[in-house]
Amino acid sequence: MARKLPRKDVAIVGLGWTGSILAHELTDAGLDVIAIERGPWRDTSTDLSVNYLQDELRYRIRHDLFVRPAQTTFTFRNKMDQTALPIRTWGAFMPPNGVGGGGVHWNAETWRFLPSDFVLKTHLTQRYGEAFLPPDMTIQDWGVTYDDLEPHYDQFEYLCGTSGAAGNLKGQILDGGNPFEGPRSRHYPTPPQPQPFSHTLFAKAARELGYKPFPQPSGNLSQAYKNPLGVRLGPCTYCGFCEWFGCGNYSKASPQTTILPVLLRKSNFSARTECEVTRINLDGSGKRATGVTFVDTSGEEWEQPADLVILAAYTVFNVQLLLLSGIGKPYDPQTNEGVIGRNFTHQTISDAVGFFDRTKFNFNPFISSGAIGMCIDEFNGDNFDHGPHGFVGGGYMGQVQTNGRPIETTPVPPDTPRWGARWKSAVRDNYLSTVKPGTGVHGSFYSYRDIYLDLDPTYRDRFGRPLMRMTIDFHDNEIKQNAFLTDKFAEIIQAMGANLVTKEYRKAPYDVTKYQTTHLCGGAIMGTNPSDSALNRYLQSWDVPNLFVMGASAFPQNAGYNPTGTLAALAFWSAEAIRTQYLKNPGPLVHA
Amino acid sequence: MRSRAGLACGALGLVAVFASLAWARQESTQIDPQDFTLIQRGRYLTLLADCAACHTEKGGAPFAGGRPIETPFGVVAAPNITPDLETGIGGWSDEEFLAALREGKAPSGAPLYPAMPYPYYAKFTREDGLAIRAYLNTVAPVRNAVVANRLPFPLDIRQGMTAWNALYFTPGRFAPNPSKSAEWNRGAYLVEGAGHCGACHTPKTQLGGDETSHAFQGYALQGWFAPNITNDMTSGLGSWSLDDIVSYLRTGHNATSAATGIMGEEVAMSTSHFNDADLRAVAVYLKDLAGPAPSGAPLAASDPRMAAGAAIYKDTCAACHADDGKGVAMLFPALAGSPNVLSADPATLIRVLLEGAESVATDAEPTGPVMPSFSWRLDDAQAAAVLTYIRNAWGSSAAPVDEAAVKSARQSLAARKAE
Repeated sequence: MARKLPRKDVAIVGLGWTGSILAHELTDAGLDVIAIERGPWRDTSTDLSVNYLQDELRYRIRHDLFVRPAQTTFTFRNKMDQTALPIRTWGAFMPPNGVGGGGVHWNAETWRFLPSDFVLKTHLTQRYGEAFLPPDMTIQDWGVTYDDLEPHYDQFEYLCGTSGAAGNLKGQILDGGNPFEGPRSRHYPTPPQPQPFSHTLFAKAARELGYKPFPQPSGNLSQAYKNPLGVRLGPCTYCGFCEWFGCGNYSKASPQTTILPVLLRKSNFSARTECEVTRINLDGSGKRATGVTFVDTSGEEWEQPADLVILAAYTVFNVQLLLLSGIGKPYDPQTNEGVIGRNFTHQTISDAVGFFDRTKFNFNPFISSGAIGMCIDEFNGDNFDHGPHGFVGGGYMGQVQTNGRPIETTPVPPDTPRWGARWKSAVRDNYLSTVKPGTGVHGSFYSYRDIYLDLDPTYRDRFGRPLMRMTIDFHDNEIKQNAFLTDKFAEIIQAMGANLVTKEYRKAPYDVTKYQTTHLCGGAIMGTNPSDSALNRYLQSWDVPNLFVMGASAFPQNAGYNPTGTLAALAFWSAEAIRTQYLKNPGPLVHA
Repeated sequence: MRSRAGLACGALGLVAVFASLAWARQESTQIDPQDFTLIQRGRYLTLLADCAACHTEKGGAPFAGGRPIETPFGVVAAPNITPDLETGIGGWSDEEFLAALREGKAPSGAPLYPAMPYPYYAKFTREDGLAIRAYLNTVAPVRNAVVANRLPFPLDIRQGMTAWNALYFTPGRFAPNPSKSAEWNRGAYLVEGAGHCGACHTPKTQLGGDETSHAFQGYALQGWFAPNITNDMTSGLGSWSLDDIVSYLRTGHNATSAATGIMGEEVAMSTSHFNDADLRAVAVYLKDLAGPAPSGAPLAASDPRMAAGAAIYKDTCAACHADDGKGVAMLFPALAGSPNVLSADPATLIRVLLEGAESVATDAEPTGPVMPSFSWRLDDAQAAAVLTYIRNAWGSSAAPVDEAAVKSARQSLAARKAE
């Protein structure tokens, strides 16, 4: 029997980026807010210390910052006729854990999606006709537009101090930035990071091939910055321990370095850590959330009553809590009905590695930061005519070398033995003179009828709840897209002067053991119609109006960019709707 | 021009005379203890005097006492000063309150220990003292009997304090200096009186009295070295502008420095609540304090400690504090030219390296960046080398830090934690 705690105005599930943003915005509105976080508290100096965070074995290899599969995991299969099995060590993605969430261990690549990405179905149908799309592709419009979100992209970039060069300032195309981006209302808050040698060489080669390279927008800051909340970040030191690691230098944008210092000073905010929310509670009508139930480390069960519930956990956990709480109709791929679990997506990543003459090229790959890089956007979204190519979607590509860490960075040409003296000497010969982007090709992953999330019929977690089951594979559209993009990318690496370029295409079946990105998306998507979306355009549940669901689980499909900028903009957009509309008149903000 | 300058001097002189008349008049003013403005003034004065630092336990009821105060002679617990009749000061008369505040005398006539900074509070005007009393009368009474005296024999005999007072206590109110501006005099009143800055920053005799000949030149206490806050160029505030001092006291941070430890607490509880005019007055007064003579030449870069220290610095410190030792303004303190780095006594420096340091977070500067502990990563010789390096790099000079000093600091800090 759960013990009941005093009522709060707002209970937030998860204290990562979106939970922190909502907590800040709603405490500013005068509400009494509690955040309940499954993982531990994390501070820069004590938990992400410069003294030991450069421990590749601990963080990269042994996954120190992530959920332990023993605590919870998912089951996985490629096809609906297969039996899913539990994931016992993380591979293709890294479910975050603890205060700061993915904001602690991200690379801080801070992109905006293209205007056409938000109206994808309408845009592609108008340009290419309905028949051009694969019949089982289930892409949708989002219900929000780029113009709706622009002020909130801006809010997030100024919160983080993002370093970058504008390419489209209020419709004026500027040299040096991304000419394909949607119009932005002002410049980035800080200038781009200075680029290392291989990035500069990539940009030169790209320019010579007729492309327009630009620095990747980065949350690893080029200079010291004070954000609008008064919180300060320091300049990045290019240590190369960014993704998978926390930042000990206060130079990577994270909840810790941008919001939490202010949030913690507020008397109307509190947080419980190492408490796992097990269910969102509903009243007898099933149309109103009454709060959440969580379990602490002693196994004690608590009920936290609240007038408003904000679900702000990682994609898969958001969907799991909705399913376990009986909120929204579960998606059924056979009938194509139901909404919770549909349009689950990931990312389509590949690489091309360039081996250069070591007597002429020394790239010092260890001088790097998570988001440093020179990119091109000619092949993203619908920035090019897909007609001749027979696929839709795309991605950015670039020399985004995030690190030269010793365990992972062992580039050797094909046909080198996998171990032994010859392998060692090949590593030695190639370490400094190889271009091995962390993310070479960063492609979109569109949604399909047979890619979805549901509750596993067999495997259960330590509370006896069904694990989430992922059914996911690559479709031909993404495989074609990736082959096209990888070839274009390899041409640029070749033009940099490489002796040898190897291409690492993404191939089916989807492999859950190989890291791509942590960008799992969808499953509780936003839209215009309750029959094919879980949330309205303000991220409000169609079924339970005092529940809002943050995060990339709301993406109807995934674009060819990193998702954090967009999910943060959506969080600010949703918070504004709660503050200016919902609190005045609690109830559905969109009438279906 | 000459006559205008003369006029300006005359005007200043006049202000000083008015000020001293005002001080004199205040001594005899009758006051209404229920008066709102008086109570609010009293509240502000308790912030200036940082009464809560000792009289409020962390997380405890305001002014209910009980917080142990570490002195060189043992631990004294601060009493309950809420208006509770039995365990607080509700039963005291105003005169008894003033005697305790300004003369260190309990209503029984017994002397207080000078952990209560009455040698400084003696400077309070009667009206300011009664304003504090008026405010304290309005806080919630809390029943909390505190055993104040935990000193060992023979220090537990309070009568000993009578002799101490004869040696070190100068009764008497603040006397303005008519040759200085009203702002300077206000600063002097705050620094010498309510702010009791000398309690930490003035060196003490064997018996714990102020060494007034070295006022504000720095003192080691509670495992820290409260640095020289005179206008000395090397180890004092000589390189700080008035604005630097104001920013430091207001926010805990300025372009080169950050408050931590006891000073961080002082900023959070007291100086960040000063009004702008008072902070400026404090800065004006501190900038007028003469300091000790500068020290000698820096160690040669070829000194083995300097060579080792430079290498350790590059690996371990430069990412935040930068190769040029200038850090990042308002975030990572500058080490080049820092008074804390160049203090004669390196206690604070050693402690920050070994234990790390949490800079204070304030409403104006909420970041509160923290330096992690390096005690497990650097051995005594390495720690001594890197500290010696930062004291003698970038054109500065200060005595090298001994390996033995690091070793003994390590032991005393461990003992402090075990307590």
